[in-house]
Amino acid sequence: MKRIYVNEKWCLGCHLCEYECAYANSGIADMVRALKGKTIHPRVQVDEEGDIHFAVNCRHCTDPICVKSCISGALTKGEDGIVRIDQNKCVGCLTCVLVCPYGAVLPSPEGHAAMKCQLCTDNMMGEPNCVKHCPNGAIVLGERDAL
Amino acid sequence: MELYIRPDYEVVRNESRCIACRVCERQCANEVHTFDSETGLMRSDESKCVNCHRCVSLCPTHALKIVKTDDTYRENANWEAQTIHEVYRQANTGGVLLSSMGNPKPYPVFWDKLLINASQVTNPPIDPLREPMETKLYLGSRKVKIERGEDGLLKDTLPPQLKLSVPIMFSAMSYGSISYNAHESLARAAEELGTYYNTGEGGLHKDFYKYGKNTIVQVASGRFGVHKEYLEAAAAIEIKMGQGAKPGIGGHLPGAKITEDVSETRMIPKGIDAISPAPHHDIYSIEDLKQLVDSLKEATEYKKPIIVKIAAVHNAAAIASGIARSGADIIAIDGYRGGTGAAPTRIRDNVGIPIEMALAQIDSRLREEGIRDNVSLVVGGSVRSSADVVKAIALGADACYIGTAALLALGCHLCRSCHTGKCNWGIATQRPDLVKRLNPDLGYKRLVNLVSAWKHEIEEMMGGMGINSLEALRGNRLMLRGIGLTDTELKLLGVRYAGESL
Amino acid sequence: MKKYQYVIIGGSIAAVAAIEGIRSVDGAGSILVIGEENHIAYGRPLISYYLLGETDLPRMDYRPADFYEKNKVECMLGVRAAAVHPEEKTVELVGGEKVGYEKLLAATGSRPFEPPMSGIERVKERFSFMTMDDMLALERALSPEKRVLIVGAGLIGLKCFEGIAARVKHTAIVDLAPRILPSILDETGAKMVQRVLEAHNAAFYLADSVAHFDEHKATLKSGREVEFDILVTAVGVRPNVELIKEAGGEVSRGIAVDEGGRTTLPDIFAAGDCAESFDITSGTKKILALLPNAYFQGHAAGVNMAGGEETLTNAAPFNSIGFFGTHVMTAGCYEGEAHIDKTQNTYKVLFVKDGVLNGFILVNLPERAGIYTMLLRKRIPLEETDFKALEAAPKWSALPKEMRRDFAREV
Repeated sequence: MKRIYVNEKWCLGCHLCEYECAYANSGIADMVRALKGKTIHPRVQVDEEGDIHFAVNCRHCTDPICVKSCISGALTKGEDGIVRIDQNKCVGCLTCVLVCPYGAVLPSPEGHAAMKCQLCTDNMMGEPNCVKHCPNGAIVLGERDAL
Repeated sequence: MELYIRPDYEVVRNESRCIACRVCERQCANEVHTFDSETGLMRSDESKCVNCHRCVSLCPTHALKIVKTDDTYRENANWEAQTIHEVYRQANTGGVLLSSMGNPKPYPVFWDKLLINASQVTNPPIDPLREPMETKLYLGSRKVKIERGEDGLLKDTLPPQLKLSVPIMFSAMSYGSISYNAHESLARAAEELGTYYNTGEGGLHKDFYKYGKNTIVQVASGRFGVHKEYLEAAAAIEIKMGQGAKPGIGGHLPGAKITEDVSETRMIPKGIDAISPAPHHDIYSIEDLKQLVDSLKEATEYKKPIIVKIAAVHNAAAIASGIARSGADIIAIDGYRGGTGAAPTRIRDNVGIPIEMALAQIDSRLREEGIRDNVSLVVGGSVRSSADVVKAIALGADACYIGTAALLALGCHLCRSCHTGKCNWGIATQRPDLVKRLNPDLGYKRLVNLVSAWKHEIEEMMGGMGINSLEALRGNRLMLRGIGLTDTELKLLGVRYAGESL
Repeated sequence: MKKYQYVIIGGSIAAVAAIEGIRSVDGAGSILVIGEENHIAYGRPLISYYLLGETDLPRMDYRPADFYEKNKVECMLGVRAAAVHPEEKTVELVGGEKVGYEKLLAATGSRPFEPPMSGIERVKERFSFMTMDDMLALERALSPEKRVLIVGAGLIGLKCFEGIAARVKHTAIVDLAPRILPSILDETGAKMVQRVLEAHNAAFYLADSVAHFDEHKATLKSGREVEFDILVTAVGVRPNVELIKEAGGEVSRGIAVDEGGRTTLPDIFAAGDCAESFDITSGTKKILALLPNAYFQGHAAGVNMAGGEETLTNAAPFNSIGFFGTHVMTAGCYEGEAHIDKTQNTYKVLFVKDGVLNGFILVNLPERAGIYTMLLRKRIPLEETDFKALEAAPKWSALPKEMRRDFAREV
């Protein structure tokens, strides 16, 4: 399946992906209206320390420990390989947050559920918005073997 | 006392659009933008701004623009604000003014005063989408002797040639003046396009030997990074006598840009300024030049064409005539609007002549002397579009070098601050955090796009003239007409005035 | 007698995991689930969220409605297994009926532990808090004027409290231990959570226990008296090991299994709250009665039952639990050098032992905690990391370059 990969070598730590993600998942067509004056809760996060930067989002693991650990069955891996969370089923216990080795499942801001990258299949974008707007081609969508 | 000098540009932030994502702050190596956590607003200090547009380009809500300040002195056509500022700066510091990239002064651009012909009725235009159009060409000396072998067949005595699939090459930009990633982008693009890039005088990084068949290596007055393998790796060798941006002076790469890698590539100590002398200390005549040409040929077993590059100066035609007799295969001429990573402002802005004039004069002179076939002519120094390429070829060039246009494709916004070493676009810098901003995977594609687009346009223009190969365009000055030119200019360019029929 | 390729005793998480494990290898072999509870599998920890109103019965189903049909699983629900006969490879049901198996999984879970308490029989409204039925029975008893006594300030007792807090008058909680959540929190962390619970009308009686019950009053060992209408006992659980023990399988704390979930009896596996795991953080075998662990064990057992190969080699305790928005995450074993960082609302302790992260407590610091869990489960030598940075926050950029490179590619 196609996944989002991040090349640390090209990640600038500009954090644009975080804002593009927050916008993509805001449900608001205008970026300014979606984000101005708001604290963002993106599903991709720039992991950084000193000169090291790289954006992290869900790996859609072949053997996803979050799905195995979910107490409510809200997390599933679809036939398309995408690990999704049904926020209506999720009760916000955050066990998935505690087990995700990448730190890619996040508590959602309202506190009642977890949230994660679903490759922009669940919003208005149609393609991963972080990939589309990465200014340096550090975030790419593709098959692992093709990289 | 240091006199305050009002910045030329102002950063304008549309507060109703700014979402305070701080991308501008993170991306500005000049530290123009800061976040005020108390008010939650972004601030900017325009005195540090070089107007490189990195922030403008990356701002996700397009909340930023840079405008020319409307602060003004009393109007004075003689003493313009820039002129006054330069005086203040020199009075403040006592230093030589430094600049980068090409001459920005409003001298006439002769490319823009030349018009291209098209076929009507009496000869048909050619549709390049339907009919073959030859943009391939060879650079090198055509001086062949008719010799027969013992078998009675003609011997191949053609000197070595460079084969180009487009009449465009990337001009010399050294590793040191530009970044590793910029070099990689140029090298990969040259390979994909079937053309050449030029190492400049900074040597060839060990990682780029694999692009050798698309590489022209330079031998300059500093002799940086020149050794046997370097010469052997290349497709051609260029002796740099001068550069259009700064004719008559050498180079000065500040120690800050001599990183570990640059030092190894140039074979010079790390962190210490690299000075290339103004002259080659072993060349004071055409005869001396011939010795270097011969030495390089001998060293590479006569397999590689030798290019001699000079700045376009007043006696360019006579000098070119000498070079054409020195055994060199190609002459490269660099006009006064050519770019540089650093040059004294006065030199950049006041020395040299336009490439259009130099080219026309050199081509005419070599023809008159019957030695035009001794050499190919490559011109550079502000070739800005495919139309400039077509006009250059019609004036007599075999091919063009592009430098500034290539850098623009890589993201350069012509802020002309290369000499500060803080290029926000990752091009003219060696700072690792800035270098990584230029991902060659993207950069080389943009170069390929640019040159491919130009190739299509060249084919269109040639087709319009009813010409289907570059060979038929070269030196074909009847395809050009001048506009807004004086009689002298027309005479020097060897073209007729617009409206003047045969 | 009906015979199945796979028989699973128990119908909860480990059973579902085993079904998914089996079907990842064997798409056809017949599967029978014998479940004592009269429900298909549901998220057992969700029962407190149901009381809170955060979920409802249909949403509590652990898998979609068509799960059993899609996986060709036959279910006998509300049926109890009475005995296992390994020599004839059958399971005997209560009532005497027998079913045959090729491979058997004991996913029998656990049951509430009910220590003898004097006078408890006089309490009419008395509940456990383990199953959906327990919870629904408790819910029927709730009303705003009622007073509740919960015996046990562990995970079950306190989650029960969170569920009912807004639906009753007030709640008293008694525990023998001197602090709440003694199995997962230290004193500082426990105090923080206790304050949150107290703000929601909980009265704690710690380091105390009930000496004697009357119908509406408990007299504590300390002499204090607590009046109540509803009693919830949540003092602990006991694994259901009897079937395997009586069949001759080895049992110590729980059913003994190897890394692949095999018991000492041929073709019999065990998984979930009835089975032991090897806790890598304490180096001991114990029951890790945690939902994710039940799944890991069940899945491994299922794969192995079907002839595949899967082992669980990095079991460790970990818990993520919230009370009224205060979030507690813990893992491992609290031995070794403690790196503590406390603020008004947050608390972090990292326990470093033998150069690896061996345990942690995080109160109100959930962000990216899984990176700590990964360090703990993978036993990453901390000297190869930028531990100072990791102490401040879990992040991959503090890990060695090779790990980061693999990270970029790994899935």
